[in-house]
Amino acid sequence: MDIKAYIVLSLTLFTIGIIGVLVRRNAIVIFMCVELMLNAVNLLLVAFSKMHAISNTAKLSPTFASDAQIFVFFIMVVAAAEVSVGLAIIVMMYRNVHTVDVNFLNRLKN
Amino acid sequence: MNAIILTAIWGVVMMFSGVFFKNKSIPKYLAIIGLLIAVIANTAEFSIAKPIVHINIHDMLRFEKYNLLFIDVAFLCTMVYFLLSGTEIEKVGPHAGEYFALIFFVLCGVSIVATFNTLLMFFIGIEIMSIPLYILTGSEKRNLKSNEAALKYFLMGAFSTGIMLMGIAFVYGGNPNGSFFIDKIQLGSGQMPVMIALGLLFMLVSLSFKVSAAPFHFWTPDVYDGAPTVFTSFMSTIVKAAGFFAFIRLFEHSFGTMHDQWQKLIVIITVSTLLIGNVTAVFQQSVKRMLAYSSIAQAGFMLLALFALNDKAKEGILLYTAAYSLATIGLFGILTKMEDFTIDGFNGLAKQQPLLAFVATVCLLSLTGVPLTAGFQSKFFMLMAAVDNGHQFWLVIVAVLFAAISAYYYFRVIQAMYFKESSQPSVTVIHSISSQFKIMLIVIAILISIIGIYPEIVIGWMYR
Repeated sequence: MDIKAYIVLSLTLFTIGIIGVLVRRNAIVIFMCVELMLNAVNLLLVAFSKMHAISNTAKLSPTFASDAQIFVFFIMVVAAAEVSVGLAIIVMMYRNVHTVDVNFLNRLKN
Repeated sequence: MNAIILTAIWGVVMMFSGVFFKNKSIPKYLAIIGLLIAVIANTAEFSIAKPIVHINIHDMLRFEKYNLLFIDVAFLCTMVYFLLSGTEIEKVGPHAGEYFALIFFVLCGVSIVATFNTLLMFFIGIEIMSIPLYILTGSEKRNLKSNEAALKYFLMGAFSTGIMLMGIAFVYGGNPNGSFFIDKIQLGSGQMPVMIALGLLFMLVSLSFKVSAAPFHFWTPDVYDGAPTVFTSFMSTIVKAAGFFAFIRLFEHSFGTMHDQWQKLIVIITVSTLLIGNVTAVFQQSVKRMLAYSSIAQAGFMLLALFALNDKAKEGILLYTAAYSLATIGLFGILTKMEDFTIDGFNGLAKQQPLLAFVATVCLLSLTGVPLTAGFQSKFFMLMAAVDNGHQFWLVIVAVLFAAISAYYYFRVIQAMYFKESSQPSVTVIHSISSQFKIMLIVIAILISIIGIYPEIVIGWMYR
């Protein structure tokens, strides 16, 4: 399959994520959209890894360009760490104001 | 390598210190000792060019003199911060050890970010540096402002991480070598490949988010204002400087050969950062918020290093880290002792607390860039780098003009301290001031003036 298809799919997911972050008001939904952005990147990295491996088959070892696949695991780990901190922050806020609506976040403006 | 290993281990030690020691002030002394060990180990690696433990890292991190020197500067500034504000950190919450542990993890991230050689390490370093900061921002659990700042910082940080990863993916895809090493990115000749250009743009946006450069600065004032003052002091100085160091290192090594193609973007970001930071700071009534905007304005000056990208810029960023961190840490240290954060709250401080007022004046003068202070030398190096670069000479003039505007809002605080009377007598300073605090303030003032007269004390180490 052509790499362009993967790029289009991944950029679509990424854009849905960005629009979600900008439009939605619920902190949890915003957070899910950020995760969607990260997963779009994962998809793209794996696709690029395969692309490089195919275009360089004659040249190098079978593990050529597999470091992008390793990178994906690191992204997953970091995303998990971010989830644990982020959900804790959202819960802390929910305990104090009983809402997770980001429209409520305007105390610092004045 | 020593710095990364020691800070990571000491972070764990600090986490357990709260369990084993019932005395509340022990974590502070442990943290100072740990940091001292890290500084000594790092300096040893710097001078004998060999780490204590030899680990094969496959060239993913690169320990050159310049990088190690930056780690040293960042750690020494943190040391000043611990000595000055350590007692304030203890007062934030019941578990003092954990705050120090988180700060040590941030320092581990700072060391990785200063030495990365692949995009993987760059990403991990930035994340290790920012995730503990989200927690520190929200550490006042019952304070709504702190909650709000933490949530905002977290959502903005995670969002910009996503953008940065997209940039990394595109740079990887556009690089025919199929490698994440920053000096193996093949840019080709002539026009930049589309995928690499897209990746560069994504990374530029996300790093501008991280270092709060306009037009991606909007989270900064709210987060700096809402976070506990002691932690604002840390994240607006050392962490921010490390972000800049990573920014410059990444763009110099991976896209340096195409510098003239993206230089115009940097010019736009620099001018808008200087404009928004300085002009908005003029209208602030709260000193804490004014310092948040001033940190945006100083970011504009640090961006000049990215614009110039030459040897002078390399020296300048080191000097700027030291000068800006010391002055801001001093000011925030004084601010934690104040009851009222508005400029009127500083009225008549000189009569009641002459030492505090004097050191605050030295710090403010340094931030303005008055000669004989460290701030002057750092601004001078930045401007000289921009002049040496040869392109866009008008940018230097614009930067100088904005430095003149910055004098207005810094001097307003000095005026309040020395020339205005306090409305209510002797309540401007409520928190007790220990003699250690006073000694550290004097040390900061002395350091600022020494660096101002003799900048070689910082940058001379690069050539030894």
